[in-house]
Amino acid sequence: MLKILKYSFYDLVRSRWSYAYFLFYLGLGFVLLFLNNDVSKAIITLMNVIIVLVPLIGTIFGIMYYYNSKEFTELLLAQPIKRSSIFLGQYLGVAGSLTLSLVFGLGIPFLLYGLLRSDAIFDFSLLLVTGAFLTFIFTALSFNMGLSNENKIKGFGYAVLLWLFLAVIYDGLFLMSLIVFEEYPLDTFSIVATTLNPIDLSRILILLKLDISALLGYTGAVFKTFFGTQQGFFISIFMLILWTVLPIWRLIVKSKKKDF
Amino acid sequence: MIQIENLYKKFGKNEVLKNLNLSIGAGGIIAILGPNGSGKTTLIKSILGMVVPNKGTIAISGVSIKNQWKYRREIEYLPQIANFPGNLKVKELIRMIKDLRERPSEEEVLISLFGLKPFLDKRLSTLSGGTKQKVNIVLTFMFDSPLIILDEPTTGLDPAALIRLKKLIQNEKEKGKTILVTSHIMQFVEEVADEIVYLLEGNIYFKGSIHDLKLKTDQTDVERAIATLTTANA
Repeated sequence: MLKILKYSFYDLVRSRWSYAYFLFYLGLGFVLLFLNNDVSKAIITLMNVIIVLVPLIGTIFGIMYYYNSKEFTELLLAQPIKRSSIFLGQYLGVAGSLTLSLVFGLGIPFLLYGLLRSDAIFDFSLLLVTGAFLTFIFTALSFNMGLSNENKIKGFGYAVLLWLFLAVIYDGLFLMSLIVFEEYPLDTFSIVATTLNPIDLSRILILLKLDISALLGYTGAVFKTFFGTQQGFFISIFMLILWTVLPIWRLIVKSKKKDF
Repeated sequence: MIQIENLYKKFGKNEVLKNLNLSIGAGGIIAILGPNGSGKTTLIKSILGMVVPNKGTIAISGVSIKNQWKYRREIEYLPQIANFPGNLKVKELIRMIKDLRERPSEEEVLISLFGLKPFLDKRLSTLSGGTKQKVNIVLTFMFDSPLIILDEPTTGLDPAALIRLKKLIQNEKEKGKTILVTSHIMQFVEEVADEIVYLLEGNIYFKGSIHDLKLKTDQTDVERAIATLTTANA
């Protein structure tokens, strides 16, 4: 698997898209820091960008790489390599190179600005950790879509729809249900609904760590008592891990049964 | 060498292989023939583990290949359509396959045999069909494995390369290897094959030597004999 990972990774690191992605974060980091002049505020703005953009890039890169490397995959399938190694190696290559772009792209400007001397270092690391989780989750989801759909257009469409659902539509449905059922106690419902969506979960996790939950009013207080505690934090991290592991598991199972 | 029992495979509603039984001994060149869509490539891909059969077993050297991958160390495979990652250079592709298989290889001889030296630094996407096929052949023959599977090896080759390929196949046979080959070029089959397996609608319709085939169909050349087999069942 490590060899496949190596080849996929080198292939991606050499491609100009990885550089574009890296330079985008580099630029974003510098601009935000020098406009805000405040590490904490820059982190909040960055969070809003990362929460939506990282899943989208992970989805699109993942699905494009899956379909583009079809020939490479077929070549490898006839070689003495385990099937799961082929797909896991490619997946980790894509997710790994995207994560590196994110970490270096944002890390460099923040380090130069003096992150290490500020007390926002924990918030910033949490931002990068959730960004990495979102990359791994959405790349895995898009690989799943690719594996289940021979038709490129269909696979691409489903993958983008899935992103759209989790990033936008889910929140809409969530809000609507809160309005429709406002007569009922919704504390548990909103906590469960949040944990079920990796994007919402990441957002809440960062917001609460940034201590601006007071802005969220009553709901904020409910969230704070759940996610703000040590236990809530570990449950959220556990849910993010579950969100990563389940698609990877399906990727392995599905790839074993597929015909090429 | 290869034992196939009750192999059954369907894609959607299309039954490609219907309870196929086949036993192939060690050594010699076996041609797998059949009209388009008779299941030749599916059979080959099942042996390689690229296609997962619905039912039936395949054993190589007495060991079932189900969910296995190490057995592919003993197999060289030349795919029908040479699809390579286009952004790699020929040299890089050869190095990569060597790295993945970790076996001694003799690509130098083959590269000069097929005159591929000038193409080593070119990207695969810029090569012509015939040159790609030559690269394909080098990748297949550069390792020393007891079983070689060639799916349409003659595609796109010029006459000079074809002669070299035939010689290469004969050399491998003399080393005692088992070679499975599919082709629609009957002249090629007649020259190289020791045995013919004729597939029709997902099953084996005929298995035997070229001489047997001619006797059975009452024809004097292989092309006509095969055509007779095909039309007799159409």
